[in-house]
Amino acid sequence: MEEYKEILLTSDEIKTDDYLVNMGPQHPSTHGVLRLLVKLEGEKVLNVQPHIGYIHSGIEKMTESLSYIQIPHLTDRMDYLAAHMNNEAVSLCVEKGLQVEVPERAKYIRTIFDELQRLASHQLWWCAFGMDMGALTTFFYGLRDREDILDIFEETCGARLTLNYSVPGGVMFDIHPNFQRDVKAFIKKFRQKLPEYERLLTGNVIFQERTKGVGILSKEDAIAYGVTGPSARASGFSCDIRKKQPYSAYPYVKFKEILGTDGDTFTRYHLRILEMYESMNIIEQLIDNIPEGDYAVKMKGVTKLPEGEYYQRVETGRGEFGVYIISDGKKNPYRMKFRSPGFSNLFAINNIAKGWKIADLVAIMGTFDLVIPDIDR
Amino acid sequence: MAFNIYDFTPLTKSIHDSLSASLNPTATLAVEWLIVGVAYLLFVALFGLFLVYAERKVCAAFQQRLGPMRVGPWGLLQTIADFIKLLMKELITPKRADKFLYNLAPFIVIIATFMAISVIPFAPGLASFDFDIGVFFVTAVSSVSVIGVLLAGWSSNNKYSLIGAMRSGAQIVSYELSVGLALITMIIFAGTMQISGIIEGQRDLWFIFRGHVPAVIAFLVFVIAGTAETNRGPFDLAEAESELTAGFHTEYSGIKFAFFFLAEYINLFIVAAMATIVFLGGWMPLHFGQFEAFNGVMDLIPGLIWFFLKVFAVIFLMMWFKWTFPRLRVDHILNLEWKYLLPINLMNIILMTLVVLLGLHF
Repeated sequence: MEEYKEILLTSDEIKTDDYLVNMGPQHPSTHGVLRLLVKLEGEKVLNVQPHIGYIHSGIEKMTESLSYIQIPHLTDRMDYLAAHMNNEAVSLCVEKGLQVEVPERAKYIRTIFDELQRLASHQLWWCAFGMDMGALTTFFYGLRDREDILDIFEETCGARLTLNYSVPGGVMFDIHPNFQRDVKAFIKKFRQKLPEYERLLTGNVIFQERTKGVGILSKEDAIAYGVTGPSARASGFSCDIRKKQPYSAYPYVKFKEILGTDGDTFTRYHLRILEMYESMNIIEQLIDNIPEGDYAVKMKGVTKLPEGEYYQRVETGRGEFGVYIISDGKKNPYRMKFRSPGFSNLFAINNIAKGWKIADLVAIMGTFDLVIPDIDR
Repeated sequence: MAFNIYDFTPLTKSIHDSLSASLNPTATLAVEWLIVGVAYLLFVALFGLFLVYAERKVCAAFQQRLGPMRVGPWGLLQTIADFIKLLMKELITPKRADKFLYNLAPFIVIIATFMAISVIPFAPGLASFDFDIGVFFVTAVSSVSVIGVLLAGWSSNNKYSLIGAMRSGAQIVSYELSVGLALITMIIFAGTMQISGIIEGQRDLWFIFRGHVPAVIAFLVFVIAGTAETNRGPFDLAEAESELTAGFHTEYSGIKFAFFFLAEYINLFIVAAMATIVFLGGWMPLHFGQFEAFNGVMDLIPGLIWFFLKVFAVIFLMMWFKWTFPRLRVDHILNLEWKYLLPINLMNIILMTLVVLLGLHF
């Protein structure tokens, strides 16, 4: 083969174009309007160039003309699978600026909602990842269980996806009287259903062949690219904000930060499954101990943050979500910046997908759990 | 007319006799061709639609859904409504596509399917061809469809289509081997390639039981390779929805798309029918040597029903694969064939030859 290549190259006649394929903006496996410009050699991926901004909605700019009470309501449109975490991050940041101490009850409720949201997010990720791998049945298994969580959300705050539940000062309403009963029933049920996920996908030979050793992200690369969340923890990079800078009721609970070693697609996949078990543990520790009292402190009608800079990070289902507020003492922020996990995670893909097949690119992208509005904002 | 559900020979014979009574031999032949042609067209269209419906119901059962329920009782008319929709849709030809090849491709695929289905006997006396190389003919013509798939991918002027077609080419060419060798294993056992002869050989006991170990291995290999040949999940690389949107038929719309779609389901039927004929006794009832009473009861069930029961059992098995397994990657699919199935198959042929030579079978 090499000799032939020599002959072909020296003749200097054959000019070949790169085989460029646009994956997206409309494509089944980009999970939204993401466009990947993929350079191929046959089935082999040579380069992946993400093009973002197709649903850029200017949320950061919009916040500059909104009051601090209004801003959280925009943020659940960014990472709609971590709506509550986004709301909470802004709330925490504003509370930090105002030096408001939220009631214990609100902290507990927020944390339980965080973990329910993480479960729902990981469930949907599992559905979609199965579809990426060509196993279509996973989608319905995951959605079936996610439905229970959404019902719990709906009962308490009326919304299923964009919750708008956490506001500066606490939460918007008190929990529904059935909340504790429903959550406990859900956990009991889901503890039986989760092994079913593993039986359907994790143990499958085809699945293991396709994911083990594929698309390895080294710990150094994870740190260099700013990859966070389960994707980085699979490479052994300990970056769980719930552990590093505990917020809300996380200081009161005991849980493991699950770390992988291999950093391949399978580890990234399995880590999320294990995180679901861990989330259920956290909820079980909290659900019976929700303290009595107010669910929010009374906030003033017009909130003005003292002049200065404020930063708050939370852990969403995808990684570290940060809110950065610069205040000039007025009722609107001077500048606001969101650090979204998807943005950093996306750009690590090129590095690890090179040399793998198209099918692997889809699988790798699946394990990074991209939510496009989270990237574009 | 002498209608007999157990044997269709009197029926076909009486049609032939009544036609030849009033027409000259050439005209008789022409009319018979017409009848057979229309019958096959109707069968392929209706059975294809039914299989689509069955697949949707089966997949719904796996996915804890109901499947189509609105159009007609239990959604029975859903696929017919879908088909009418496809008929009425605009036929789009992409710019700078190779128009001739683009329009030719779906016909090659569907013609190959029709040719393959023509040798399959549905019941005693209900088959249009029965010649001495029947099994060989089916494998030969069913592999013609890969040309249609390659042409479709090439002529669409779409990069996804081209990748899909290349995958399909690699896959079908490799898995042809396994299908062929698995069938050869059974031909060694049966001693004939004639389909009627193969079925006749299973009067006492089906081949999958008679040939024990090598026959069971051949059956498994045949079902795996057959699924791959029909381009269905977990081997649906050619249309790999999550990677290539729709693979080789991305650009096809309307009735041309329907041809690919129909061909896929009829191919599914052909693979299941071949598995039934070669391993499960075709339309032969289940017989166990000395159990006269049992055999008598089994004989009461007509051959037509036996045939379709077995075919549906195999089809169900293949749908089960599709809705449970994730998709293989292109290099894994070739590894599976060349590193595992092919050596197993070759060993199995030797094993089968020994079984036949030493008379170790039942």
